[in-house]
Amino acid sequence: MKAKTLFDKIWDGHVVRSIEDGPDVLYIDRHYIHEVTSPQAFNGLKERGIQVFRPGNTIATADHNIPTKDQHLEIRDQLSRNQVERLSENCTKYGIELFGLNHSKNGIVHVIGPELGYTLPGMTIVCGDSHTSTHGAFGTIAFGIGTSEVEMVLATQCILQPKPKKMKITVNGNLHKGVTSKDIIMYIIASISTGGATGYFVEFSGSAITSLTMEARMTICNMSIEMGARGGLIAPDEITFSYLRKITAIPGVTDFEKSLEQWKELKSDPDAAFDRELEFDASLIKPMITYGTNPGMGMAVDSSIPLTDGDNKEASASFLKSLDYMGFKPGIKLLGQPVDYVFIGSCTNGRIEDFREFAQIIRGRKKAANITALIVPGSKKVEEQMASEGLMEVYKEAGFEVRQPGCSSCLAMNEDKIPAGKYAVSTSNRNFEGRQGPGARTLLASPYTAAAAAITGKISDPREFITELNNVKK
Amino acid sequence: MAKVKFDILESTCVSIPFENVDTDQIIPARFLSATSREGFGDNLFRDWRYKKSGEPNEEFILNNPKFGGKILVAGKNFGSGSSREHAVWAIFDYGFRAVVSSFFADIFMGNSLNNGLLPIVISDELLKKLHSLIQKDPSTKINIDLEKQLFTILSTGDSVKFVINPYKKECLLKGLDDIDFLLSMKDSITGYENNKNMVR
Ligand code: SF4
Repeated sequence: MKAKTLFDKIWDGHVVRSIEDGPDVLYIDRHYIHEVTSPQAFNGLKERGIQVFRPGNTIATADHNIPTKDQHLEIRDQLSRNQVERLSENCTKYGIELFGLNHSKNGIVHVIGPELGYTLPGMTIVCGDSHTSTHGAFGTIAFGIGTSEVEMVLATQCILQPKPKKMKITVNGNLHKGVTSKDIIMYIIASISTGGATGYFVEFSGSAITSLTMEARMTICNMSIEMGARGGLIAPDEITFSYLRKITAIPGVTDFEKSLEQWKELKSDPDAAFDRELEFDASLIKPMITYGTNPGMGMAVDSSIPLTDGDNKEASASFLKSLDYMGFKPGIKLLGQPVDYVFIGSCTNGRIEDFREFAQIIRGRKKAANITALIVPGSKKVEEQMASEGLMEVYKEAGFEVRQPGCSSCLAMNEDKIPAGKYAVSTSNRNFEGRQGPGARTLLASPYTAAAAAITGKISDPREFITELNNVKK
Repeated sequence: MAKVKFDILESTCVSIPFENVDTDQIIPARFLSATSREGFGDNLFRDWRYKKSGEPNEEFILNNPKFGGKILVAGKNFGSGSSREHAVWAIFDYGFRAVVSSFFADIFMGNSLNNGLLPIVISDELLKKLHSLIQKDPSTKINIDLEKQLFTILSTGDSVKFVINPYKKECLLKGLDDIDFLLSMKDSITGYENNKNMVR
């Protein structure tokens, strides 16, 4: 038999039918939905007079549009409230399980899916949100879809998709102190640009990847979309299995050991061919930060903004426009640049480990006076964990207030906006113009780098604050 | 859904040459709270189109009455970022029927085809030429023949064949809908479910 990649194995096992000269009809095991990209899909069902085909395969949450303060009160913004209410109505009407606002398991869709055991190795997973790629960390084919496709999946549990090409990215070597999985993925995106993996599904491998925890792996797969990839995945291994073993009741899994036997088969054959292969050396990676308005415009925190983009001799108009928006000049260093906001949260870095890392640096120190911090757990469960591990006190003593879970300032649909012209070091995934509010200037970084900025009030090298050796989980 | 038929389109164009225009520029997140598909065109490129005061920004091309048409000529790497279909709805609702670039993000491309907006990829060189032609002469017209997959700049005669998935082409030409197609396969889908060697 022909050698297959993990991606091929999962994909081929889910093809209901291949259309000649067209896309495959792909069966979807798990469908996540949220309030922003689902209402028009439900309207479509209604217009057609049809039901949800397999309501049990769909899980819903409210996350994008909800406030992160006073969640028990009615949502003030009328449009947002309407959207969240419509989600509840639709879930009730069509029999879909909803972890909505104020539910004890509410949270960002890509945080709660894995932590509640809905994301399992070998699955096909879609959601009307591009960072669905996060779930690939469990050895799944997971990708973001548009609302028309949400409607397709609701109506038929299938989606029409052309099969993407396959890329393998290997990262070998040891990470230095203070360097996290966020830095790995930002480094890769800066190397290959935001379009570098367009048309591909990426499998990540190598010793620097397999030594990462599940949380750290999710950060990598989460941002694989930022290099244009359809998604990213990592073969499941003992780290994956022990993460899953800790979940008390995995929905749909009655015999864990039997499932485990099947999950263990999920890997690329040794001689499987990829359309493209890239290799990186983890020991060359330093803490990263972005200086422009797309995630490809990133560099080591202690280096200088390049004079031109890519191999160009002259800076392009788009490059200069981007720097102009950020208020930066080509060639300058960013260390010491004053910062106004720090945001820790989102489906990229809103998990318990991220808050532990942030705490590692702020413990025993104080928030800088010029900093407004938005500290937003990815889910209720993360919030509870923070409390039980005593992190809430650490944050409080350092002068930080912890908000309630949600997407918050990652996309600024709610009130958590960064004002025009202000600088925010953010652990989220996109530094687009206006992403965190009209005119807001976003600098993407890891929780360590965000913490260093939060206590110094300026862009700082987090390595200076990490004294405890061997305490680096990621 | 793609119930819109697409045949031959001949129109003037609007040139927005910036590279790496992401979905947050096309439609900022704060306008995503609606629960229907209509009306997003009003907020297309919102933060470029309007000043902070809310006044239209005269310098932005959509506010320049000299330029108009049903074809949006964009810069390289258009539509990256979020999966929000609202970006495509906004472009369509504004009145565009085709968008031209030398490179599109995957999800944007799929969303466009699902909503009757034709994404056309041309070479970097031709794209550059086209931008300067339009900027010099707003009456520059393009002919898009979907059946023949031909893209022609009428004033210069430059004509190139563009690529489109044959299935999607068929859907656009006939105004077919993916969901109707999938619904007609319900038996195969149930059959698949019954046979599936559950990976879990
Ligand atoms: S946290 Fe940000 S990227 Fe993640 S789902 Fe929410 S809005 Fe999307």
